[in-house]
Amino acid sequence: MSLDAILDIVAAVCLISGALLSLAAGVALVRFPDLLTRMHAAAKPQVLGLLLVLVGCALRLRTGVDITTLVLVGVFQLATAPVAAHMVGRAAYPHDDIRTDLLLTDELAAHLDRVGGDQGEGARV
Amino acid sequence: MTAVAVTVTVLLAVAGGLTLARIIRGPSILDRAVATDVLLAIIVTAIAAEAAYSRDATALPVLVVLAVLGFVGSVSVARFAARRNTK
Repeated sequence: MSLDAILDIVAAVCLISGALLSLAAGVALVRFPDLLTRMHAAAKPQVLGLLLVLVGCALRLRTGVDITTLVLVGVFQLATAPVAAHMVGRAAYPHDDIRTDLLLTDELAAHLDRVGGDQGEGARV
Repeated sequence: MTAVAVTVTVLLAVAGGLTLARIIRGPSILDRAVATDVLLAIIVTAIAAEAAYSRDATALPVLVVLAVLGFVGSVSVARFAARRNTK
């Protein structure tokens, strides 16, 4: 078996794994109960799935310029996905989007008054 | 490689349909922002898979632009939602 064939098989496995992670996130977005659990599931295709697909793409293309572009995309996604998730979570926490009955611990509750949807007083985000 | 391309296409199409269902149903704007981020990740996956299948690097700069776009969109929706809800 030649090296080309082996690299193609590894690339195919990476591509299918990344697509499966995207499918898992799609199912979770429909079935999970509130925003925090959906964000937890949504991070899978954004980080691990995307990196797997980029590795598969790099194994198929195999030129220096293309691999540099793919590494750039991967590094940028790794740097920005946590920031975006943190800001969405911080915007969602004081409001009714989160089901507090599903939380095991709520460490921010002592420091931040939870605001009802309509009253709108005392929010410090 | 064609069987792999068909499999990846079907998986991504189902995932995109489920994500669109969440974008339509909501209920809050932040749910829609998270689902839009996932849809963008699925689109990036599809473009990268197409480039890998055809061994053609023409579409790779699009991936860089889409990565920037997803971050900016998600952060600005979060800022907008926070300001609206604290008034």
